[in-house]
Parts: sequence; structure tokens; C-alpha cells
Amino acid sequence: MPTAIPLHVNGRATRVTVDDPDMPLLYALRDNLGLHGPRFGCGLGQCGSCTVHLDGKAVRSCVTPLSAVGKKKIVTLEGLGKPDKLHPVQKAFIEEQAAQCGYCINGMIMEAVAFLASNKSPSDAQIKQALARNLCRCGTHLRVVRAVKRAAAGA
Amino acid sequence: MRFTKPSRRDFLKGTGALIVSFSLPSPSKTASAQSGTPANTGAKTVALDDVDAFLAIDRSGGVTLYSGKVDLGTGIGTALTQIVAEELDVPLARIQIVEGDTALTPAQGKTWGSLSIQNGGVQIRQAAATARHALLQEAAKRLGVPAEDLIVEQSAEQAAVRSRSVGKQVTYGELIGGKTFLLKVDKQAPLKDPTTYKIVGQPVPRFDIPGKMTGQFTYMQDFKVPGMLHGRVVRPAAIGATLLSVDENSVKDVPGLVKVVRQGNFLGVVAESEWGAIRASQKLKASWSNWEGLPEQSQLWEHVRATKVNKDDVTSNVGSAEPALEQATKRISATYNFAIHTHGSMGPSCAVAEIKEGKLTCWSSSQATHDLRQQLAAMLSMPDTDVRAIYLEGSGCYGRNGHEDAAADAVLLARAVGRPVRVQWMRADEHGWDPKGPPTLMDLQAGLDATGNVVAWYSQLYVPEGATGNVKLVAAELAGLPHETGMVPGNVIQNTAIPYAFPNVRTVAHRLAETPFRPSWIRAPGRMQNTFCNESFMDELAAAAGADPLEFRLRYLNDPRGVELLKRLASFSQWQSRALSGQSSSGQSSPKRDSGDIATGRGLTYIKYELARTYVGAVADVEVNRKSGEIRVKHFAVVQDCGQIINPDGVKNQVEGNVVQTVSRVLKEEVTFDRSRVTSLNWASYPILTFPEIPDVDIELIDRPTEKPWGAGEPSAAVVPSAISNAVFDAVGVRLRSVPFTPAKVLAAIQSA
Repeated sequence: MPTAIPLHVNGRATRVTVDDPDMPLLYALRDNLGLHGPRFGCGLGQCGSCTVHLDGKAVRSCVTPLSAVGKKKIVTLEGLGKPDKLHPVQKAFIEEQAAQCGYCINGMIMEAVAFLASNKSPSDAQIKQALARNLCRCGTHLRVVRAVKRAAAGA
Repeated sequence: MRFTKPSRRDFLKGTGALIVSFSLPSPSKTASAQSGTPANTGAKTVALDDVDAFLAIDRSGGVTLYSGKVDLGTGIGTALTQIVAEELDVPLARIQIVEGDTALTPAQGKTWGSLSIQNGGVQIRQAAATARHALLQEAAKRLGVPAEDLIVEQSAEQAAVRSRSVGKQVTYGELIGGKTFLLKVDKQAPLKDPTTYKIVGQPVPRFDIPGKMTGQFTYMQDFKVPGMLHGRVVRPAAIGATLLSVDENSVKDVPGLVKVVRQGNFLGVVAESEWGAIRASQKLKASWSNWEGLPEQSQLWEHVRATKVNKDDVTSNVGSAEPALEQATKRISATYNFAIHTHGSMGPSCAVAEIKEGKLTCWSSSQATHDLRQQLAAMLSMPDTDVRAIYLEGSGCYGRNGHEDAAADAVLLARAVGRPVRVQWMRADEHGWDPKGPPTLMDLQAGLDATGNVVAWYSQLYVPEGATGNVKLVAAELAGLPHETGMVPGNVIQNTAIPYAFPNVRTVAHRLAETPFRPSWIRAPGRMQNTFCNESFMDELAAAAGADPLEFRLRYLNDPRGVELLKRLASFSQWQSRALSGQSSSGQSSPKRDSGDIATGRGLTYIKYELARTYVGAVADVEVNRKSGEIRVKHFAVVQDCGQIINPDGVKNQVEGNVVQTVSRVLKEEVTFDRSRVTSLNWASYPILTFPEIPDVDIELIDRPTEKPWGAGEPSAAVVPSAISNAVFDAVGVRLRSVPFTPAKVLAAIQSA
């Protein structure tokens, strides 16, 4: 039975029509709303590629049922900034060239933005701990840490 | 140096104007709708000896580079663009790149082996040099001056050829715009003098990165065509199981279900929505036969040793190793092994296929679209010419992972429903069904004389037979459709021969008739495993000879570039010599005599990749916890000589990535399985290195602008296992000869020491 579910995404109210209200948020964002920042990595909440913000908190959209979102405000990578108007963390990641394939980077940036909101001048060890549940296979970790540090220094 | 790069979508929109002079093959209507490309007849040349296969210049002077090598997330798209910008003197921002499209790009071979610059880039450079030469000749004619009077100058917009004597100029766009070169690539076409390079050798920022940081980049996983359905595969419960029955009623309530597709043992579902396809694949009840064809994991190495040997490859034979061993004063032997690994791409493999009017178009992240095209054509028993395979960048693959298999899955599902189908694997499909790096076993023996000189080296490697080619497609095999037979593990006997000049050396690879899982190449295939064995054993010999590991290697190295590299490594890493009897000049001994819970050590290692190209030396610093058996890799110092460097930041990014990824493989990774199937199906059961565990990596690049460019990525992966093993010996005096170096293995080694 198709159900319309209201969502607040990247500053705008919208709605998605789905067959299953328990469908993970990730598919609504990607398939219904055409947002490509959050990505499917594991579907198990293990890798972080699907990370979005719900009311500013970094959550795994692949294991967050639509029905649990409620009125929380969703922000995706696209909602942080655009190429001509970058978020400081996105800018720092570009300046550090902190990607190889970049498939996981959405999660790194979303996690880092949420983390930096609560810790303005983190140590390397704190950054690494904050990203401990975000996996990268290309081995871009060192650049990611440098980028988060650069973003913190510039903020 | 900053430049913006249009997105692929922008580029595709502009393609019609860009290559209007070409007669394009008729792409599918959806591709045409996507790209705005006019559906012409005829074909653009993709012949490797045609300049037009690689390059086109439009009326405004914009250049399109057609590359058969594809950017797998390594940054070669930017590096190849730099090569063209340099050789043609065209602004970087005016060059667009098309990668891995069988209708448009030359078959430059698979994107593997760190050969994209070394082979692909060099081919492209020669095509660009030929083009430049032709443009200068044409300009000389038009301007009525001798070619020697001409120089190429570039504005922000485009390059122009100017006469120094008369001051007149003509732009590339005016010279060639809208027309084809109709030239063969001239192997003698003069190349620019590398000492004049302005773009090659610079750390140009990657043009794909801003889009990737903002969600604007279109990955394979983001790609859609109109009318597209979503598919998921349902793999057999056991690798060799037969599908007995399918209960379609089990999914009849899934909204939007289009079809359950069954062909032989190939099973999949197609639905209107992605979530519908996922739910159907999870709910579908299927019955499979029992199959227990895998060995017991606990007996893996006995299984490998007992596997039938089909042939021996003798990879080096100097003097008479076996008699020399017999006569040696001191004989040392050891057995090394290296576990089965998965590629572990972060994004599971994905593809879209569409069949229209008997013609197949398949979008995938295949590292070899020209080969995939042949495989898909063979699977469907259709001519190659009716198949177009197009590359779209996906998640990094590090070798032949599941991308090609997902393509075949999409093709079978699309054929079954008569509409375009997108397939993305689930995590368990990727971990369970990507082809695996095969288990590797090596026995080594060496003999020393009374003064500690090596008089003999004899190694025997046990690896599956087969070399390079196309890995069979899972879907084709399951469906009983035509597919390759035989194993394709990659050229895994590379780097069995050693770079050291011992008087008697014999290295033999016993090629096995089978291996537990469909094998393929994963980053530095064979080179990594063999270098682990050789360089760790070399460290054992140095210790037995009471020699410093660095000095010991230099003693037997007759290669000036290798010697220079090791000396630079010594300086860069501040290597402290361990003199005879393990006493270093600083008074330290190796192994260390520290008695605390945490022991520290340093290990050194060296490779000349395939004994033919890139040199890498590395020093690892580790901490070993004697109580828990845990190893922390704290730091890697890497010195690399890959000849001419196109983009130093790109090379450093690759070296960092290769080191970090391989530390993960060495400390943690091992595919687990029962008698029927892979059991390490996600990141909990196949853990990889996490942020708190990463080492610092310092890199020194030896740039040789006037030398050939060599592979920049995987050679640095190959040195990592032995550097860690040797550092652990320095720390606690035990040899780790089995990857991964798990805490349990470390504790067992310490306790039995």
C-alpha cells in the first residue's frame, strides 16, 4: 500500500511515496529524492558510507527506517555545500585531496562535521576515535585526518 | 594550479557538439537521450595505432582524450590529462576525458598492474606527440613559414601555433577543429624535452575530487536510464549447489515485484523499486542441494600442499642450488603462507544493462570493458559488435573484484524482463562471491658459508596454475551459458626470483590444479605474497649471518638504482646499523632485549617490482604487546623510485593508500569459510583496519624526469608484509611467517620461542 511520508531534507519540506514505511531512509534519499551523497556500502550500519545528519547527529541511513525519522531534520552531503559554496569541511577535504575512489567520503565528511560541532580543536587521536566506525578501503585515512584537522583549524 | 572540470553529465550533454565530426556508432536511445549524442551510423576508430582513437580537437580548441585505461579512483584521469596537456600545450581545463567505452576508446588493456601511466599514458603521449607534430606541419603550410619557425602558445582558451618571424598565428581549433587527424601514431614523433615540462611533474589537484566531496559526482551506483528496473541476485546457498526449487509464492506480496528470474542455478529478482528488489531477494524461498567441496579451513595449508601439481615454472636458476645447499656450513629453512583475501570494495559491485533491438549496452565499473564486451557477447552467443560496454567509475576495486560479475547479472536479468535493469550486489554478495586472492604457500631454504655469506637460495612456491586473462563470470557459469574455463589468478609467479646475486639460486613455482575459490588478482598479486616470503627470509639470513639487514642486502645488490634507493632509505628512515652479533653501533641489539609488555622494533625491506621496474624500500616501526599479542604498526618510511613522476601528490596518495590497505591485509584479513561457502560476509567477520589503528606514513619520492614513468601504486603494497614481519622479529625475536599476523599467532610464536 503506497504511503506518503513527509520528510524535511536539506532545508526543505518534501514527501516520499513508498510501499514500505520501514524502508531504510537511504533508499528514500537516493531513489526517491535523487540524492547521491549517502551511499550503500553494507546495509548493516558497519561502514558509514550512508551517513546523514538527523537533527545534526550523524546516523546510518541504511539501518534507519523511514518510520523512525519523524520530524527530524535530515541533512545530506548535498545539503552541506555545493562546489561553488563549499562547507568548510568539504573545502578542507578538497584542499587535502582526501580521497581516492571517494565512495566512503560522504560518511567521513558527515561524521566529521557532526564531530567538529562538539569539539572545535580536536587532537589527531580524537579525530581518529571519532571516525573509528567509518571504514575506508583505499587507505585515504591519513589525508582524511589531515583534512578534519585543517577544517578545525580554519573554523 | 587549480582548474575546474565539467561533470560527466555536463560532458555527455556536450558530446554531440564535441565530436560531431565523427560518425558515431548508434548508441541505445537512452544513452543517446542521456548524452545528446546524435545516433549516427559508422564508427569512431578505436584502433590502437590511430591518433583519432585517442584524441579529438573541436573547433574551439577543446580536446577530448579517449582512454582505454580507466580511473579506478587512483587519479589517473587527472594524470593522463596532464600528459596530454603537456605534450599538446593545451590548457588542462580544456581537456575532457572519456574512459573505457568500447565504442569510443582504444583497447589499451585491462586497468591493472600499475600500468595505466607506464603503458597507457605512454601510448597516449605518443599519440599526442604525433598530433602536435601534425598540427605544426599544417600550421607551417597555412602560415607559409618553416615548421622550425613555429612555437605553440596557449591562452586560457586554447593552444595556438605562432610564427616567431612573422608574428602570425593559427589556433588548434582553426587547424583541426571538427576534423579527424586520419594519422597513424608515429612511434618516432618527437616528444617534448622533459626538462621543459610545466604540467607533468606538478601536483595538479584531481578534477574528480570536488564532485565527490559534494555529492555531485555520478558513480556507477548513481547511474540511471529511463524505464530502468532494479535487480538483486540470490546466490546459491553453497558455492557448487544446484537449485532444486523456487517458491515464487514466497514473494508474491512484495510490492512492485516484476519477475523471479531463474536460469539453471542463476537466480535473481527484478522489481520496480530498489527496496522491492532487496525485499524480494531476502524473502525468496529457494531450495539448494548440499555441496561441501571446500576444504576444512583449519587444514587449508595441508590441502594446498596435497593439491595436484600440474606443472612447474622455474622462474630463476643460477648455478646449482641443491648441491650447494648440501655443502653449506649452515642451512636455514622456513615455510611461509599468506591467507585468502577478498577485495573488500566499500561499495558493492553495480551495473546497468539494456538490450534494445538485439543490441546490448552495459554500464559497469569494469577495469576491462573491451574484455567484458567479449565475455558478455560470448555469454549471450551474440557478436561482439552488438555489445557496447561503458565504464563508469564505482567504488575502488584493487583488482578484478565483482564489477564484471554484476554486469553479467544485470545482462541476464535485463534479458529476462525486456527492460533495462540495474543490479547492485548486497554486502554478502560482494564478500562471498567476488573472486579471491588465492592461498599462497612457499618453502624456502638457504645455505651460508662459515663467514656468513649466502651460497645458495632455493624456494618452492605453491600457487594455482593460470596467469592473466578473463575471470569467468559467475552468472554465465551458474546459468550454464558459455564462459571461460580454467583459473586466472593473475601473474602470481612474479617476484619469486630475487634481486640478490647469490652464486646458486633456484626458484620454482609449483602450479596447482585447483584452489578453493575462483581466483583473481588483488593488488600486487603474487608480488606481495612472494616478496613477503623472500624479504622476510632475507631478514632471517641476515640475522643468521649476524649482519645488518640493510648492509646484508647491499652486499648482494648489483643494481645502482637499487643501491641508491636503499641508501636513501637508510638516510630517510634514520636507519641505525645492527652490526655483527646483533649489536648495533648505538649499542642496541636485534632482536631487542626489552622485557616490558610493549616491545618496539624496526624492519626493513626492498623490492624491484617484477625485477624490471619500480623500486621501493620501506622501514616499518612496530609495537608488539607481549601479553595480548597485538601488533601496532606505528610508522612506515617509504622511498620509491618509479621513474618519471606525472603527479607527485597523486603518487603519494597511492603510496599512502597501498601501505595502509596492506597493513590492514597483513594484520587482520582472512577469508573464512566452511565446507560449503564463505562465512566472512561482512565487515564484522572480515574486519579491516580502522582509523585508530592506522600508521603514519612518510614518503620520499625519487623523481627521475628524464626516465620512463613506471607504476606508482601497487609496488609499495608489496613491501609491507615483510617490513612488519621483520620489525616484529626486531621487537620480540620471533618470526611471523603466516599472514595475517593475528594476536593469536603472535602469542603462539612468542610462547614457542
